[in-house]
Amino acid sequence: MDKIDLGSYAQNTWCPGCGNFAILNAIKYVLAELHSEGLPLENVVLVSGIGCHAKIVDYINLNSFYSLHGRSLPPAEAIKLANPALKVICFAGDGDAYGEGIEHLIFAAKRNIDITMIIHNNRVYGLTTGQYTPTSPLGFRGKSTPAGTQESPINPLDLMLSSGATYLARGTSHGIELLKKIFKEAILHKGFSLVDVLQVCVTYFNMYEYYDKHVYELSGHDAGDYHQASGKIREWDYNQEAPIALGVFYKKELPGFEERFPVGVAQEPLSLDLKIKELIKDFI
Amino acid sequence: MDDLSILIGGKAGFGIDKSGSLIGRLLNQSGYRVYIYRDYPSLIRGGHTFSIIRASRSRIFAHQEKVDLILALNQETLSLHRNRLKEGCFFIFDSEQLKPADEQECGLGLPLGKIIKEEHASEIMRNTCMVGALAKALGLDFDLLAGILKKEFSREADLNLKVARRGFNEARELIKVEPLKQAALPLISGNQAIALGLIKSGLNTYISYPMTPTSPILHFLAEIADSFSLNVIHPESEIAVALMALGFSYMGKKTAVGTSGGGFCLMTEGLSFSGIAELPIVIILGQRPGPSTGLPTYSSQTELHFALNAGQGEFARFIVSPGDAEEAYYWSAMSMNISWKYQIPGIILSDKNMGEGVFNFDLNAAGEIEEEQPVYWDGKNAYKRYMVTENGVSPLSFPPVKGAVIKVNSYEHDENGITTEEIKDTNQMQEKRLRKEIFLAEELENIKTVNVFGDKDSETALLCWGSNKGVCNEIGQRLGLKVVQPIVLNPFPLRQFKDALAGVKKIICVESNATGQLVLLIKGHGFNVDDKILKYDGRPFSTDELEEKVKAYLP
Repeated sequence: MDKIDLGSYAQNTWCPGCGNFAILNAIKYVLAELHSEGLPLENVVLVSGIGCHAKIVDYINLNSFYSLHGRSLPPAEAIKLANPALKVICFAGDGDAYGEGIEHLIFAAKRNIDITMIIHNNRVYGLTTGQYTPTSPLGFRGKSTPAGTQESPINPLDLMLSSGATYLARGTSHGIELLKKIFKEAILHKGFSLVDVLQVCVTYFNMYEYYDKHVYELSGHDAGDYHQASGKIREWDYNQEAPIALGVFYKKELPGFEERFPVGVAQEPLSLDLKIKELIKDFI
Repeated sequence: MDDLSILIGGKAGFGIDKSGSLIGRLLNQSGYRVYIYRDYPSLIRGGHTFSIIRASRSRIFAHQEKVDLILALNQETLSLHRNRLKEGCFFIFDSEQLKPADEQECGLGLPLGKIIKEEHASEIMRNTCMVGALAKALGLDFDLLAGILKKEFSREADLNLKVARRGFNEARELIKVEPLKQAALPLISGNQAIALGLIKSGLNTYISYPMTPTSPILHFLAEIADSFSLNVIHPESEIAVALMALGFSYMGKKTAVGTSGGGFCLMTEGLSFSGIAELPIVIILGQRPGPSTGLPTYSSQTELHFALNAGQGEFARFIVSPGDAEEAYYWSAMSMNISWKYQIPGIILSDKNMGEGVFNFDLNAAGEIEEEQPVYWDGKNAYKRYMVTENGVSPLSFPPVKGAVIKVNSYEHDENGITTEEIKDTNQMQEKRLRKEIFLAEELENIKTVNVFGDKDSETALLCWGSNKGVCNEIGQRLGLKVVQPIVLNPFPLRQFKDALAGVKKIICVESNATGQLVLLIKGHGFNVDDKILKYDGRPFSTDELEEKVKAYLP
């Protein structure tokens, strides 16, 4: 494999030990590998929301669209529709994609648009210094909920499965080899792929020990079987103590939005003028 | 006949709008100039809806309070609008439903139910029968109507023709309309004119979440998408609309979005993003009365200051408010060109009267306009998306380009688009972005951005903007007043506005809002208005109404 440096000159400001490093290193590795296999790097567009996760686009020297909180998907979908040949990879946090931007997430899955969504799911707001998120466990004590949350978390993979996503996987920031494998597969998957990465925030919600104790890698699981996928996805509800499966839960090939969507072709000025004149004649 | 107004009314959902359009075409093809005002409630069925079709020898852009003919499909129409009828004028009505006392003198009754039943036609064809009777009442040739019906009704054309013929035969001539020799002009809505202008300047993608009064743009563009190779997308919300538009813009695709005040509220984060990331976007903001849901199907001019100030932070923007179909076409095209040339958001301030009003459209009079290309990267030095330049405009490049890394960012950023919080970078970027508006203002001084009509020597000026252009122009001419209409509202065309008001001692500002938003805007530029005529009931000024109100301020 070519030694290719995908790093930028931006200074990295993640906390030491932050789970984001694993995601950054894994994605750089996978992109370099895909490049050595023939993917032109200019064909990659990275899109992020806002939050600690989002700095990743500053740290990789490739095309990027550093969007707003919760809004990585609408521009990502537009970029894919504008040029379906591009590889569009979205990064989002759990507060970002499962909270403020959840409507876009559901619609992107529903459209099965060929985008890869990587969720930096640390189950806490980091950049705003420690509040609960949609995947924080019940009773989570954060700065906005000092007495503990009174609401249960959502199971994002369950939601995505029922919304129509066609590739669903989970990894952790303590398992970079699995992340590399899943990221590559997700990027190569045709359709909407989502990887929920249990990424640990060392400052506000350090779950390393908990995850190390509970995670296991799926084996003998048929990812093509919706019901098996659903069962494994529901094994852990992001709340109660349970085994936490890692790996690919679901994988299905279905037509994507971009294939069904007609893409406009530029008009010749003369024919455009004539067409406008023809059209308005009908309005007499 | 120099000026004729016809009102057709009935229950919403019973084809009144379609009939209004048929009547408009009938008069248009008889050589008259036509304007149609459509009034409908926010519901699908029931409630009262009506259209006023006005025809004149010369061009018109407003309705009159008084009408010559009422076509009443139900009792309500007659009760509500009877007082609009000029003396000695007529109404055509359904004689099975209505028994007006004075039907002998001024009524023409049609047994609509009987005709429909005998022809095995559907309820909605009562309209067609009525329009058939109208053709006879106006002394027009049935063949003229037949041609229009054949074109308008691809399904059941024959049945419509039969029903229209029955109405025609049952009626008698009431007001003779002498066909004129002048060539007919297309009759289009302001919304359609906006859409065509955008297409003219290279529209590639239109994204919108349905909302009155701009949904017809979405429908129209979706309908013609194939023949003009457009992407037309209706996504999950206005938030997605704005952000998707910025994604297309990043890819070099000329994109517009359409909404009203409520949807624009949701778009403001995208608007501000467009400001810092310098991603061009054209937003059609169709105004309607608020606050909040307000009067969804009526009109207002209440979002001028919202458009001027929407979005956090300070950034350059272009705002234009066209006053008729030609201006809607020309300035929509111009908005796209300007938005891309300066990489700023462009806002087209329309309203329900502008968007859903139907006007004659003279393409040749709209002004020459061609799609302009933005400044592109020459590929020589390393690509910097936010390169600092004299006029603040950085050359564009769109993925994928070998050797160029194209980064856009909602954070403050350096020239490469990488996040920064450095003092020097921050100042440099803020100044670069604001500089663009100064260069844009200079460029706009060479284009006519302020209209002057009426008696140009008058010391009294009617000041207006947007859809009030037509009615003010008509009253200005009638009363011998000067009429001044700024078309571009940001950057404000200060020099042209000053010139337009030269010699004026008294300014009467006419606006469709309750606070005088243009009054406030020009006050900031040192102009004081003497009198305000404000209307905020959601309805357009009729010519009669405005004339009376203006006269009250004249010596």
